[in-house]
Amino acid sequence: MSVSTLDRPLPRPRPRGKGRRRIARHAKLWLWCYAMLLPVMVIYAYVRIWPIIRSFVLSFYNWRLIARVRPFVGLANYEHMLGDQNFQIAIWNTTVYSISIVLISTLIALPLAVLLARRSRMSAVYQTIYFLPVITPLVPMSIAWKWIYDYNYGILNYVLSLVGIRPIAWLTDAHIALWALIIMGVWKVLGYNMVIFLVGIRNIPATYLEAASLDGAGEMRKFWHVTLPLLRPIILFVLVTATINAYNVFTQVYVMTLGSQEAPGQAVRVLVYDIYQNGFEFFRMGYASAEAVTLTFIVLGFTLIQFRAFREQETT
Amino acid sequence: MRPGLQHRRLRRRLGALLIHAILGLGAVFMLLPMLWMLATSFKPPPEIAVWPPHLLPRAATLDNYRGLFSAIPFARFFGNSVFISLVSTASVVITSMIAGAIFAKYRFPGRSVLFMLVLATAIVPFEAYMIPLYIELVRMHWINTYQAIILPTLVMSFGIFLLRQHVASAIPDELLEAARVDGASEWWTFRRVLVPLSGSAISAVGIFAFIQAWAAFIWPLLVANTNHLFNLEVGLTAFQFRFSTDYGKLMAGSTLSTLPMLIVFLLLRRRIIENMALTGLKG
Repeated sequence: MSVSTLDRPLPRPRPRGKGRRRIARHAKLWLWCYAMLLPVMVIYAYVRIWPIIRSFVLSFYNWRLIARVRPFVGLANYEHMLGDQNFQIAIWNTTVYSISIVLISTLIALPLAVLLARRSRMSAVYQTIYFLPVITPLVPMSIAWKWIYDYNYGILNYVLSLVGIRPIAWLTDAHIALWALIIMGVWKVLGYNMVIFLVGIRNIPATYLEAASLDGAGEMRKFWHVTLPLLRPIILFVLVTATINAYNVFTQVYVMTLGSQEAPGQAVRVLVYDIYQNGFEFFRMGYASAEAVTLTFIVLGFTLIQFRAFREQETT
Repeated sequence: MRPGLQHRRLRRRLGALLIHAILGLGAVFMLLPMLWMLATSFKPPPEIAVWPPHLLPRAATLDNYRGLFSAIPFARFFGNSVFISLVSTASVVITSMIAGAIFAKYRFPGRSVLFMLVLATAIVPFEAYMIPLYIELVRMHWINTYQAIILPTLVMSFGIFLLRQHVASAIPDELLEAARVDGASEWWTFRRVLVPLSGSAISAVGIFAFIQAWAAFIWPLLVANTNHLFNLEVGLTAFQFRFSTDYGKLMAGSTLSTLPMLIVFLLLRRRIIENMALTGLKG
Protein backbone atom coordinates (compact mmCIF):
# COMPACT_ATOMS: atom_id res chain seq x y z
CA MET A 1 0.00 0.00 0.00
CA SER A 2 1.21 3.48 -0.64
CA VAL A 3 1.99 5.14 2.63
CA SER A 4 2.22 8.60 1.11
CA THR A 5 -1.55 8.73 0.64
CA LEU A 6 -2.05 8.12 4.31
CA ASP A 7 0.58 10.53 5.54
CA ARG A 8 -0.52 13.47 3.46
CA PRO A 9 -2.53 16.02 5.48
CA LEU A 10 -6.23 15.49 4.97
CA PRO A 11 -7.80 17.99 2.59
CA ARG A 12 -10.91 19.90 3.47
CA PRO A 13 -14.15 18.34 2.27
CA ARG A 14 -14.78 19.34 -1.30
CA PRO A 15 -17.85 21.43 -1.92
CA ARG A 16 -20.47 19.05 -3.23
CA GLY A 17 -21.13 19.15 -6.95
CA LYS A 18 -24.59 20.27 -7.91
CA GLY A 19 -27.32 18.97 -10.14
CA ARG A 20 -26.66 16.44 -12.81
CA ARG A 21 -23.01 15.94 -12.20
CA ARG A 22 -23.69 15.04 -8.60
CA ILE A 23 -26.34 12.54 -9.57
CA ALA A 24 -24.04 11.07 -12.17
CA ARG A 25 -21.31 10.73 -9.63
CA HIS A 26 -23.68 9.07 -7.18
CA ALA A 27 -25.04 6.72 -9.80
CA LYS A 28 -21.51 5.68 -10.63
CA LEU A 29 -20.77 4.99 -6.97
CA TRP A 30 -23.98 3.05 -6.57
CA LEU A 31 -23.14 1.01 -9.59
CA TRP A 32 -19.75 0.24 -8.10
CA CYS A 33 -21.37 -0.90 -4.84
CA TYR A 34 -23.85 -3.16 -6.60
CA ALA A 35 -21.13 -4.60 -8.82
CA MET A 36 -18.98 -5.41 -5.81
CA LEU A 37 -21.85 -6.89 -3.82
CA LEU A 38 -23.29 -8.86 -6.70
CA PRO A 39 -21.16 -12.02 -6.40
CA VAL A 40 -21.60 -12.11 -2.62
CA MET A 41 -25.35 -11.63 -2.81
CA VAL A 42 -25.64 -14.24 -5.56
CA ILE A 43 -23.97 -16.79 -3.30
CA TYR A 44 -26.27 -15.75 -0.46
CA ALA A 45 -29.34 -16.05 -2.63
CA TYR A 46 -28.31 -19.48 -3.91
CA VAL A 47 -27.10 -21.21 -0.75
CA ARG A 48 -29.21 -19.47 1.89
CA ILE A 49 -32.10 -17.22 0.98
CA TRP A 50 -33.62 -19.44 -1.71
CA PRO A 51 -33.27 -22.68 0.30
CA ILE A 52 -34.80 -21.01 3.36
CA ILE A 53 -37.82 -19.90 1.33
CA ARG A 54 -38.09 -23.29 -0.32
CA SER A 55 -38.06 -25.16 2.96
CA PHE A 56 -41.29 -23.34 3.83
CA VAL A 57 -42.77 -24.17 0.43
CA LEU A 58 -41.71 -27.81 0.59
CA SER A 59 -43.36 -28.24 3.96
CA PHE A 60 -46.76 -27.91 2.22
CA TYR A 61 -46.03 -30.69 -0.25
CA ASN A 62 -45.85 -34.44 -0.11
CA TRP A 63 -42.38 -34.22 -1.60
CA ARG A 64 -40.45 -37.43 -2.04
CA LEU A 65 -37.10 -37.44 -3.82
CA ILE A 66 -37.88 -40.61 -5.72
CA ALA A 67 -41.54 -39.94 -6.50
CA ARG A 68 -42.63 -38.44 -9.78
CA VAL A 69 -45.79 -36.87 -8.41
CA ARG A 70 -45.35 -34.45 -5.54
CA PRO A 71 -48.80 -33.18 -4.62
CA PHE A 72 -49.62 -30.10 -2.60
CA VAL A 73 -51.04 -31.24 0.73
CA GLY A 74 -51.58 -28.01 2.61
CA LEU A 75 -51.03 -28.41 6.32
CA ALA A 76 -51.14 -32.22 6.24
CA ASN A 77 -47.44 -32.53 7.11
CA TYR A 78 -47.94 -30.36 10.17
CA GLU A 79 -51.03 -32.33 11.20
CA HIS A 80 -49.09 -35.55 10.80
CA MET A 81 -46.33 -34.12 12.97
CA LEU A 82 -48.77 -33.68 15.88
CA GLY A 83 -49.47 -37.41 15.91
CA ASP A 84 -45.96 -38.59 15.10
CA GLN A 85 -44.50 -40.26 18.13
CA ASN A 86 -40.93 -40.07 16.85
CA PHE A 87 -41.28 -36.34 16.39
CA GLN A 88 -42.68 -35.92 19.88
CA ILE A 89 -39.86 -37.95 21.40
CA ALA A 90 -37.41 -35.85 19.42
CA ILE A 91 -38.90 -32.55 20.59
CA TRP A 92 -38.98 -33.78 24.17
CA ASN A 93 -35.39 -35.07 24.13
CA THR A 94 -34.07 -31.96 22.44
CA THR A 95 -35.83 -29.73 24.94
CA VAL A 96 -34.59 -31.69 27.95
CA TYR A 97 -31.11 -31.69 26.43
CA SER A 98 -31.13 -27.94 25.76
CA ILE A 99 -32.58 -26.82 29.07
CA SER A 100 -30.29 -29.10 31.07
CA ILE A 101 -27.16 -27.97 29.26
CA VAL A 102 -28.06 -24.32 29.50
CA LEU A 103 -28.91 -24.44 33.20
CA ILE A 104 -26.02 -26.64 34.28
CA SER A 105 -23.39 -24.86 32.22
CA THR A 106 -24.57 -21.44 33.39
CA LEU A 107 -24.65 -22.48 37.03
CA ILE A 108 -21.06 -23.72 36.77
CA ALA A 109 -19.69 -21.06 34.43
CA LEU A 110 -20.89 -18.08 36.45
CA PRO A 111 -19.06 -18.88 39.73
CA LEU A 112 -16.01 -19.95 37.70
CA ALA A 113 -15.99 -16.58 35.99
CA VAL A 114 -16.21 -14.82 39.36
CA LEU A 115 -13.23 -16.83 40.60
CA LEU A 116 -11.23 -16.07 37.46
CA ALA A 117 -12.17 -12.40 37.24
CA ARG A 118 -9.05 -11.24 39.03
CA ARG A 119 -6.35 -10.93 36.43
CA SER A 120 -3.46 -13.26 37.12
CA ARG A 121 -1.18 -15.59 35.27
CA MET A 122 -3.11 -18.63 36.53
CA SER A 123 -6.37 -17.04 35.42
CA ALA A 124 -5.14 -16.97 31.82
CA VAL A 125 -4.00 -20.59 32.03
CA TYR A 126 -7.37 -21.75 33.38
CA GLN A 127 -9.16 -19.74 30.71
CA THR A 128 -7.18 -21.48 28.00
CA ILE A 129 -7.86 -24.92 29.42
CA TYR A 130 -11.58 -24.32 29.94
CA PHE A 131 -11.90 -22.87 26.45
CA LEU A 132 -10.16 -25.76 24.67
CA PRO A 133 -13.30 -27.89 24.19
CA VAL A 134 -15.02 -24.97 22.44
CA ILE A 135 -12.68 -25.05 19.46
CA THR A 136 -12.01 -28.79 19.23
CA PRO A 137 -13.97 -30.47 16.40
CA LEU A 138 -17.00 -32.49 17.48
CA VAL A 139 -16.45 -35.78 15.69
CA PRO A 140 -13.09 -36.75 17.23
CA MET A 141 -14.28 -35.49 20.60
CA SER A 142 -17.46 -37.54 20.36
CA ILE A 143 -15.36 -40.62 19.61
CA ALA A 144 -13.15 -39.81 22.60
CA TRP A 145 -16.20 -39.40 24.83
CA LYS A 146 -17.62 -42.64 23.55
CA TRP A 147 -14.44 -44.32 24.71
CA ILE A 148 -14.74 -42.61 28.09
CA TYR A 149 -18.33 -43.90 28.39
CA ASP A 150 -17.35 -47.43 27.32
CA TYR A 151 -19.20 -49.94 29.49
CA ASN A 152 -16.36 -52.43 29.97
CA TYR A 153 -13.15 -50.41 29.81
CA GLY A 154 -14.25 -46.79 30.00
CA ILE A 155 -12.45 -44.55 32.41
CA LEU A 156 -15.69 -43.10 33.75
CA ASN A 157 -17.01 -46.42 34.97
CA TYR A 158 -13.57 -47.07 36.44
CA VAL A 159 -13.61 -43.82 38.40
CA LEU A 160 -17.13 -44.61 39.60
CA SER A 161 -16.06 -48.11 40.64
CA LEU A 162 -13.48 -46.50 42.95
CA VAL A 163 -16.33 -45.05 44.97
CA GLY A 164 -18.31 -48.26 44.82
CA ILE A 165 -20.75 -47.47 42.01
CA ARG A 166 -21.54 -50.35 39.70
CA PRO A 167 -20.80 -49.93 35.95
CA ILE A 168 -23.37 -47.83 34.10
CA ALA A 169 -24.44 -48.52 30.51
CA TRP A 170 -23.89 -44.90 29.52
CA LEU A 171 -24.69 -45.14 25.85
CA THR A 172 -26.85 -48.22 25.52
CA ASP A 173 -29.66 -47.23 27.83
CA ALA A 174 -31.68 -44.56 26.01
CA HIS A 175 -32.52 -42.59 29.17
CA ILE A 176 -28.97 -42.57 30.46
CA ALA A 177 -27.59 -41.87 26.98
CA LEU A 178 -29.42 -38.55 26.96
CA TRP A 179 -27.57 -37.65 30.16
CA ALA A 180 -24.30 -38.84 28.70
CA LEU A 181 -24.90 -36.40 25.85
CA ILE A 182 -25.78 -33.64 28.30
CA ILE A 183 -22.55 -34.14 30.26
CA MET A 184 -20.56 -33.88 27.06
CA GLY A 185 -22.59 -30.87 25.95
CA VAL A 186 -21.81 -29.06 29.20
CA TRP A 187 -18.14 -29.89 28.78
CA LYS A 188 -18.18 -28.43 25.28
CA VAL A 189 -19.98 -25.15 26.01
CA LEU A 190 -18.77 -24.38 29.54
CA GLY A 191 -15.64 -22.47 28.56
CA TYR A 192 -17.50 -20.31 26.09
CA ASN A 193 -20.12 -19.27 28.63
CA MET A 194 -17.44 -18.67 31.21
CA VAL A 195 -15.46 -16.33 28.96
CA ILE A 196 -18.56 -14.31 28.12
CA PHE A 197 -19.35 -13.95 31.83
CA LEU A 198 -15.74 -13.07 32.50
CA VAL A 199 -15.83 -10.21 30.01
CA GLY A 200 -19.09 -9.04 31.56
CA ILE A 201 -17.72 -9.11 35.11
CA ARG A 202 -14.55 -7.27 34.12
CA ASN A 203 -16.67 -4.59 32.49
CA ILE A 204 -18.46 -3.81 35.76
CA PRO A 205 -17.06 -0.49 36.98
CA ALA A 206 -14.80 -1.09 39.98
CA THR A 207 -16.42 1.84 41.80
CA TYR A 208 -19.66 -0.09 42.25
CA LEU A 209 -17.91 -2.94 44.03
CA GLU A 210 -15.76 -0.55 46.06
CA ALA A 211 -18.84 1.33 47.19
CA ALA A 212 -20.41 -1.95 48.30
CA SER A 213 -17.22 -2.83 50.18
CA LEU A 214 -17.28 0.50 51.97
CA ASP A 215 -20.80 -0.28 53.06
CA GLY A 216 -19.43 -3.44 54.62
CA ALA A 217 -20.72 -5.96 52.10
CA GLY A 218 -18.90 -9.30 51.98
CA GLU A 219 -17.97 -11.17 48.80
CA MET A 220 -21.21 -13.10 48.75
CA ARG A 221 -23.40 -10.04 49.17
CA LYS A 222 -21.42 -8.14 46.55
CA PHE A 223 -22.03 -11.00 44.13
CA TRP A 224 -25.77 -11.15 44.82
CA HIS A 225 -26.48 -7.45 44.97
CA VAL A 226 -23.97 -5.88 42.59
CA THR A 227 -22.46 -8.36 40.14
CA LEU A 228 -25.51 -10.48 39.44
CA PRO A 229 -28.00 -7.68 38.69
CA LEU A 230 -25.49 -5.91 36.43
CA LEU A 231 -24.80 -9.14 34.58
CA ARG A 232 -28.46 -9.72 33.76
CA PRO A 233 -28.28 -8.86 30.05
CA ILE A 234 -25.17 -10.99 29.59
CA ILE A 235 -26.72 -13.92 31.42
CA LEU A 236 -29.73 -13.64 29.15
CA PHE A 237 -27.48 -13.55 26.10
CA VAL A 238 -25.69 -16.71 27.22
CA LEU A 239 -28.95 -18.49 28.03
CA VAL A 240 -30.47 -17.75 24.64
CA THR A 241 -27.38 -18.46 22.51
CA ALA A 242 -26.71 -21.68 24.36
CA THR A 243 -30.33 -22.79 23.97
CA ILE A 244 -30.34 -22.08 20.23
CA ASN A 245 -27.10 -23.98 19.76
CA ALA A 246 -28.28 -26.90 21.85
CA TYR A 247 -31.44 -27.23 19.75
CA ASN A 248 -29.28 -27.96 16.70
CA VAL A 249 -27.52 -30.90 18.33
CA PHE A 250 -26.75 -33.69 15.87
CA THR A 251 -23.09 -34.70 15.48
CA GLN A 252 -22.64 -36.15 18.98
CA VAL A 253 -25.88 -38.09 18.68
CA TYR A 254 -24.90 -39.51 15.32
CA VAL A 255 -21.37 -40.48 16.33
CA MET A 256 -21.97 -41.68 19.89
CA THR A 257 -25.31 -43.41 19.88
CA LEU A 258 -25.80 -44.67 16.36
CA GLY A 259 -24.68 -47.62 14.35
CA SER A 260 -21.92 -49.16 16.36
CA GLN A 261 -22.22 -52.70 17.63
CA GLU A 262 -22.82 -51.85 21.25
CA ALA A 263 -25.29 -49.03 20.71
CA PRO A 264 -29.05 -49.48 20.89
CA GLY A 265 -30.89 -49.94 17.61
CA GLN A 266 -32.16 -46.42 17.90
CA ALA A 267 -30.23 -43.28 18.55
CA VAL A 268 -31.23 -40.78 21.17
CA ARG A 269 -33.79 -39.11 18.97
CA VAL A 270 -33.23 -35.37 18.70
CA LEU A 271 -34.89 -32.93 16.35
CA VAL A 272 -32.15 -32.63 13.73
CA TYR A 273 -31.68 -36.39 13.74
CA ASP A 274 -35.39 -36.81 13.05
CA ILE A 275 -35.14 -34.31 10.19
CA TYR A 276 -32.09 -36.16 8.88
CA GLN A 277 -33.78 -39.54 9.05
CA ASN A 278 -37.07 -38.48 7.48
CA GLY A 279 -35.34 -36.48 4.77
CA PHE A 280 -32.37 -38.61 3.86
CA GLU A 281 -33.18 -42.14 4.94
CA PHE A 282 -36.91 -42.22 4.17
CA PHE A 283 -36.70 -39.44 1.54
CA ARG A 284 -39.86 -37.81 2.94
CA MET A 285 -38.50 -34.38 2.23
CA GLY A 286 -41.78 -32.51 2.49
CA TYR A 287 -42.40 -33.88 5.94
CA ALA A 288 -38.80 -33.32 7.02
CA SER A 289 -39.15 -29.72 5.82
CA ALA A 290 -42.18 -29.24 8.06
CA GLU A 291 -40.00 -30.37 10.96
CA ALA A 292 -37.23 -28.05 9.78
CA VAL A 293 -39.67 -25.13 9.70
CA THR A 294 -40.62 -26.00 13.29
CA LEU A 295 -36.97 -25.86 14.25
CA THR A 296 -36.67 -22.48 12.54
CA PHE A 297 -39.59 -21.12 14.53
CA ILE A 298 -38.23 -22.43 17.83
CA VAL A 299 -34.90 -20.73 17.17
CA LEU A 300 -36.64 -17.58 15.94
CA GLY A 301 -38.71 -17.48 19.11
CA PHE A 302 -35.64 -17.56 21.32
CA THR A 303 -33.98 -14.90 19.18
CA LEU A 304 -37.00 -12.62 19.56
CA ILE A 305 -36.90 -13.03 23.32
CA GLN A 306 -33.32 -11.89 23.20
CA PHE A 307 -34.00 -8.88 20.95
CA ARG A 308 -36.89 -7.76 23.10
CA ALA A 309 -34.87 -8.08 26.29
CA PHE A 310 -32.04 -6.07 24.79
CA ARG A 311 -34.43 -3.36 23.68
CA GLU A 312 -35.90 -3.17 27.18
CA GLN A 313 -32.39 -2.91 28.54
CA GLU A 314 -31.69 0.02 26.24
CA THR A 315 -34.86 1.93 27.02
CA THR A 316 -34.71 1.57 30.79
CA MET B 1 1.53 -9.70 65.10
CA ARG B 2 -1.92 -9.79 66.51
CA PRO B 3 -3.53 -13.24 66.56
CA GLY B 4 -6.67 -11.96 64.86
CA LEU B 5 -4.70 -10.76 61.84
CA GLN B 6 -2.77 -13.99 61.61
CA HIS B 7 -5.98 -15.92 61.77
CA ARG B 8 -7.47 -13.87 58.97
CA ARG B 9 -4.38 -14.33 56.83
CA LEU B 10 -4.52 -18.09 57.33
CA ARG B 11 -8.17 -18.10 56.36
CA ARG B 12 -7.45 -16.15 53.22
CA ARG B 13 -4.67 -18.52 52.25
CA LEU B 14 -6.91 -21.52 52.84
CA GLY B 15 -9.56 -19.84 50.72
CA ALA B 16 -7.11 -19.32 47.86
CA LEU B 17 -6.07 -22.95 48.12
CA LEU B 18 -9.68 -24.08 47.96
CA ILE B 19 -10.28 -21.94 44.89
CA HIS B 20 -7.28 -23.46 43.16
CA ALA B 21 -8.43 -26.94 44.11
CA ILE B 22 -11.85 -26.31 42.54
CA LEU B 23 -10.41 -24.72 39.42
CA GLY B 24 -7.79 -27.45 39.13
CA LEU B 25 -10.36 -30.21 39.41
CA GLY B 26 -12.44 -28.50 36.74
CA ALA B 27 -9.38 -28.19 34.52
CA VAL B 28 -8.75 -31.94 34.83
CA PHE B 29 -12.35 -32.60 33.78
CA MET B 30 -11.93 -30.31 30.76
CA LEU B 31 -8.63 -31.87 29.70
CA LEU B 32 -9.47 -35.48 30.46
CA PRO B 33 -11.12 -36.38 27.13
CA MET B 34 -8.16 -35.03 25.20
CA LEU B 35 -5.56 -36.66 27.47
CA TRP B 36 -7.43 -39.96 27.44
CA MET B 37 -7.59 -39.78 23.64
CA LEU B 38 -3.90 -38.94 23.32
CA ALA B 39 -2.79 -41.63 25.78
CA THR B 40 -4.95 -44.33 24.21
CA SER B 41 -3.59 -43.52 20.75
CA PHE B 42 -0.12 -44.63 21.89
CA LYS B 43 -1.23 -47.83 23.59
CA PRO B 44 -0.80 -51.31 22.09
CA PRO B 45 -4.05 -53.36 21.92
CA PRO B 46 -3.49 -55.39 25.10
CA GLU B 47 -3.22 -52.17 27.09
CA ILE B 48 -6.44 -50.72 25.72
CA ALA B 49 -8.91 -53.38 26.79
CA VAL B 50 -7.73 -53.80 30.37
CA TRP B 51 -9.30 -53.49 33.74
CA PRO B 52 -8.39 -51.45 35.65
CA PRO B 53 -7.49 -48.94 32.93
CA HIS B 54 -4.35 -46.90 33.35
CA LEU B 55 -3.91 -43.45 31.91
CA LEU B 56 -0.35 -43.56 30.59
CA PRO B 57 0.79 -46.18 28.07
CA ARG B 58 3.41 -48.56 29.49
CA ALA B 59 4.85 -49.73 26.18
CA ALA B 60 4.12 -46.69 24.01
CA THR B 61 3.89 -47.44 20.32
CA LEU B 62 3.17 -45.68 17.04
CA ASP B 63 1.47 -48.76 15.59
CA ASN B 64 -1.97 -47.19 15.84
CA TYR B 65 -0.87 -44.26 13.72
CA ARG B 66 0.82 -46.51 11.17
CA GLY B 67 -2.17 -48.86 11.11
CA LEU B 68 -4.53 -45.94 10.59
CA PHE B 69 -2.99 -45.01 7.26
CA SER B 70 -3.16 -48.58 5.99
CA ALA B 71 -6.68 -49.31 7.31
CA ILE B 72 -8.33 -46.26 5.73
CA PRO B 73 -7.31 -43.58 3.23
CA PHE B 74 -6.53 -41.32 6.15
CA ALA B 75 -4.08 -39.13 4.24
CA ARG B 76 -6.76 -38.52 1.64
CA PHE B 77 -9.29 -37.51 4.33
CA PHE B 78 -6.75 -35.17 5.86
CA GLY B 79 -5.92 -33.65 2.49
CA ASN B 80 -9.61 -33.19 1.73
CA SER B 81 -10.16 -31.43 5.04
CA VAL B 82 -7.22 -29.12 4.41
CA PHE B 83 -8.37 -28.37 0.86
CA ILE B 84 -12.02 -27.78 1.77
CA SER B 85 -11.12 -25.61 4.74
CA LEU B 86 -8.63 -23.52 2.78
CA VAL B 87 -11.04 -22.84 -0.10
CA SER B 88 -13.80 -21.99 2.36
CA THR B 89 -11.52 -19.71 4.36
CA ALA B 90 -10.30 -17.88 1.24
CA SER B 91 -13.85 -17.37 0.02
CA VAL B 92 -15.16 -16.23 3.39
CA VAL B 93 -12.30 -13.75 3.80
CA ILE B 94 -12.76 -12.28 0.30
CA THR B 95 -16.57 -12.07 0.39
CA SER B 96 -16.58 -10.72 3.96
CA MET B 97 -13.99 -8.07 3.16
CA ILE B 98 -15.85 -6.88 0.07
CA ALA B 99 -19.32 -6.87 1.60
CA GLY B 100 -18.08 -5.58 4.96
CA ALA B 101 -16.31 -2.63 3.33
CA ILE B 102 -19.22 -1.74 1.03
CA PHE B 103 -21.77 -1.94 3.86
CA ALA B 104 -19.53 0.14 6.12
CA LYS B 105 -18.38 2.93 3.84
CA TYR B 106 -20.94 3.47 1.09
CA ARG B 107 -24.50 4.77 1.02
CA PHE B 108 -26.75 3.38 -1.69
CA PRO B 109 -30.39 2.43 -2.11
CA GLY B 110 -31.16 -0.97 -0.59
CA ARG B 111 -28.09 -1.00 1.61
CA SER B 112 -29.81 -1.69 4.92
CA VAL B 113 -32.21 -4.20 3.36
CA LEU B 114 -29.33 -6.22 1.95
CA PHE B 115 -27.41 -6.05 5.20
CA MET B 116 -30.43 -7.15 7.20
CA LEU B 117 -30.87 -10.03 4.78
CA VAL B 118 -27.29 -11.13 5.38
CA LEU B 119 -27.78 -11.02 9.13
CA ALA B 120 -31.22 -12.63 9.08
CA THR B 121 -29.98 -15.72 7.26
CA ALA B 122 -27.52 -16.24 10.09
CA ILE B 123 -30.35 -16.72 12.57
CA VAL B 124 -31.86 -19.67 10.70
CA PRO B 125 -29.88 -22.81 11.53
CA PHE B 126 -28.28 -24.53 8.54
CA GLU B 127 -29.98 -27.82 9.46
CA ALA B 128 -33.32 -26.14 8.77
CA TYR B 129 -32.64 -25.44 5.09
CA MET B 130 -30.23 -28.18 4.09
CA ILE B 131 -33.01 -30.21 2.44
CA PRO B 132 -33.88 -27.70 -0.32
CA LEU B 133 -30.17 -27.08 -0.85
CA TYR B 134 -29.65 -30.82 -1.27
CA ILE B 135 -32.53 -31.08 -3.73
CA GLU B 136 -31.08 -28.22 -5.74
CA LEU B 137 -27.68 -29.90 -5.92
CA VAL B 138 -29.29 -33.16 -7.00
CA ARG B 139 -30.88 -31.18 -9.84
CA MET B 140 -27.46 -29.74 -10.72
CA HIS B 141 -25.86 -33.21 -10.58
CA TRP B 142 -23.41 -31.86 -8.06
CA ILE B 143 -23.91 -34.49 -5.34
CA ASN B 144 -20.62 -36.16 -4.52
CA THR B 145 -18.42 -33.32 -5.73
CA TYR B 146 -16.07 -30.95 -3.97
CA GLN B 147 -18.11 -27.94 -5.02
CA ALA B 148 -21.17 -29.37 -3.29
CA ILE B 149 -19.25 -29.87 -0.04
CA ILE B 150 -17.75 -26.40 -0.13
CA LEU B 151 -20.75 -24.44 -1.43
CA PRO B 152 -22.56 -23.64 1.87
CA THR B 153 -19.30 -22.58 3.53
CA LEU B 154 -18.42 -19.95 0.93
CA VAL B 155 -19.97 -17.11 2.92
CA MET B 156 -20.24 -16.32 6.62
CA SER B 157 -22.62 -13.64 7.91
CA PHE B 158 -20.56 -13.24 11.03
CA GLY B 159 -17.52 -12.45 8.86
CA ILE B 160 -19.36 -9.70 6.99
CA PHE B 161 -20.66 -8.35 10.28
CA LEU B 162 -17.23 -8.33 11.92
CA LEU B 163 -15.51 -6.64 8.98
CA ARG B 164 -18.26 -4.08 8.63
CA GLN B 165 -17.82 -3.19 12.30
CA HIS B 166 -14.08 -2.98 11.89
CA VAL B 167 -14.06 -0.86 8.73
CA ALA B 168 -16.78 1.46 10.07
CA SER B 169 -15.06 2.10 13.38
CA ALA B 170 -11.34 1.83 12.64
CA ILE B 171 -10.99 3.51 9.24
CA PRO B 172 -11.97 7.18 9.08
CA ASP B 173 -14.06 8.42 6.15
CA GLU B 174 -11.58 11.24 5.60
CA LEU B 175 -9.01 8.73 4.45
CA LEU B 176 -11.27 7.57 1.64
CA GLU B 177 -12.19 11.15 0.74
CA ALA B 178 -8.51 12.01 0.55
CA ALA B 179 -7.82 9.12 -1.80
CA ARG B 180 -10.74 10.18 -3.97
CA VAL B 181 -9.54 13.76 -4.11
CA ASP B 182 -6.22 12.40 -5.28
CA GLY B 183 -8.08 10.81 -8.14
CA ALA B 184 -7.85 7.24 -6.87
CA SER B 185 -10.43 4.84 -8.22
CA GLU B 186 -12.78 3.09 -5.82
CA TRP B 187 -11.09 -0.20 -6.55
CA TRP B 188 -7.68 1.26 -5.78
CA THR B 189 -8.96 2.66 -2.50
CA PHE B 190 -10.41 -0.71 -1.61
CA ARG B 191 -7.23 -2.62 -2.44
CA ARG B 192 -4.70 -0.11 -1.11
CA VAL B 193 -6.45 1.48 1.84
CA LEU B 194 -9.33 -0.61 3.17
CA VAL B 195 -7.80 -4.07 2.83
CA PRO B 196 -4.37 -3.27 4.30
CA LEU B 197 -5.96 -1.49 7.24
CA SER B 198 -8.21 -4.46 8.07
CA GLY B 199 -5.49 -7.04 8.66
CA SER B 200 -6.41 -7.96 12.22
CA ALA B 201 -10.13 -8.33 11.52
CA ILE B 202 -9.42 -10.32 8.35
CA SER B 203 -7.24 -12.76 10.23
CA ALA B 204 -9.89 -13.17 12.92
CA VAL B 205 -12.53 -13.96 10.28
CA GLY B 206 -10.09 -16.33 8.58
CA ILE B 207 -9.46 -18.26 11.79
CA PHE B 208 -13.19 -18.67 12.47
CA ALA B 209 -13.87 -19.74 8.90
CA PHE B 210 -11.12 -22.34 9.09
CA ILE B 211 -12.27 -23.74 12.43
CA GLN B 212 -15.85 -23.93 11.20
CA ALA B 213 -15.03 -25.54 7.87
CA TRP B 214 -12.70 -28.04 9.51
CA ALA B 215 -15.43 -29.24 11.88
CA ALA B 216 -18.20 -29.37 9.24
CA PHE B 217 -20.06 -32.64 9.57
CA ILE B 218 -23.71 -32.98 8.63
CA TRP B 219 -23.41 -31.45 5.16
CA PRO B 220 -20.34 -33.44 4.02
CA LEU B 221 -22.08 -36.49 5.48
CA LEU B 222 -25.01 -35.83 3.13
CA VAL B 223 -23.26 -34.88 -0.10
CA ALA B 224 -20.00 -36.86 0.03
CA ASN B 225 -20.91 -40.44 -0.76
CA THR B 226 -17.58 -41.98 -1.64
CA ASN B 227 -14.36 -42.42 0.25
CA HIS B 228 -12.26 -40.14 -1.88
CA LEU B 229 -14.39 -37.07 -1.03
CA PHE B 230 -14.72 -37.64 2.73
CA ASN B 231 -13.31 -35.01 5.01
CA LEU B 232 -11.73 -36.09 8.28
CA GLU B 233 -14.96 -35.82 10.25
CA VAL B 234 -17.00 -38.01 7.92
CA GLY B 235 -14.08 -40.37 7.30
CA LEU B 236 -13.54 -40.90 11.01
CA THR B 237 -17.25 -41.56 11.54
CA ALA B 238 -17.34 -44.14 8.76
CA PHE B 239 -14.23 -45.76 10.18
CA GLN B 240 -15.82 -45.78 13.60
CA PHE B 241 -18.91 -47.59 12.38
CA ARG B 242 -16.80 -50.27 10.75
CA PHE B 243 -14.24 -50.83 13.50
CA SER B 244 -16.11 -49.65 16.54
CA THR B 245 -13.87 -51.47 18.98
CA ASP B 246 -10.47 -50.59 17.55
CA TYR B 247 -10.05 -47.69 19.95
CA GLY B 248 -6.29 -47.47 19.43
CA LYS B 249 -6.64 -46.48 15.78
CA LEU B 250 -9.79 -44.45 16.44
CA MET B 251 -7.97 -42.38 19.04
CA ALA B 252 -4.98 -41.95 16.73
CA GLY B 253 -7.29 -40.65 14.01
CA SER B 254 -9.14 -38.41 16.44
CA THR B 255 -5.87 -37.02 17.75
CA LEU B 256 -4.65 -36.19 14.25
CA SER B 257 -7.89 -34.46 13.34
CA THR B 258 -7.92 -32.43 16.57
CA LEU B 259 -4.26 -31.45 16.44
CA PRO B 260 -4.46 -28.72 13.77
CA MET B 261 -7.22 -26.96 15.74
CA LEU B 262 -5.23 -27.25 18.98
CA ILE B 263 -2.18 -25.73 17.32
CA VAL B 264 -4.21 -22.89 15.80
CA PHE B 265 -5.83 -22.27 19.16
CA LEU B 266 -2.67 -22.30 21.25
CA LEU B 267 -0.92 -19.96 18.83
CA LEU B 268 -3.78 -17.49 18.55
CA ARG B 269 -5.42 -18.08 21.92
CA ARG B 270 -5.91 -14.48 23.00
CA ARG B 271 -7.30 -13.28 19.70
CA ILE B 272 -9.71 -16.23 19.37
CA ILE B 273 -11.08 -15.94 22.89
CA GLU B 274 -11.45 -12.15 22.74
CA ASN B 275 -13.14 -12.14 19.36
CA MET B 276 -15.49 -14.94 20.26
CA ALA B 277 -16.41 -13.27 23.50
CA LEU B 278 -16.97 -9.88 21.92
CA THR B 279 -19.09 -11.02 19.05
CA GLY B 280 -20.88 -13.95 20.53
CA LEU B 281 -20.11 -16.46 17.84
CA LYS B 282 -19.61 -20.12 18.52
CA GLY B 283 -17.04 -22.33 16.88
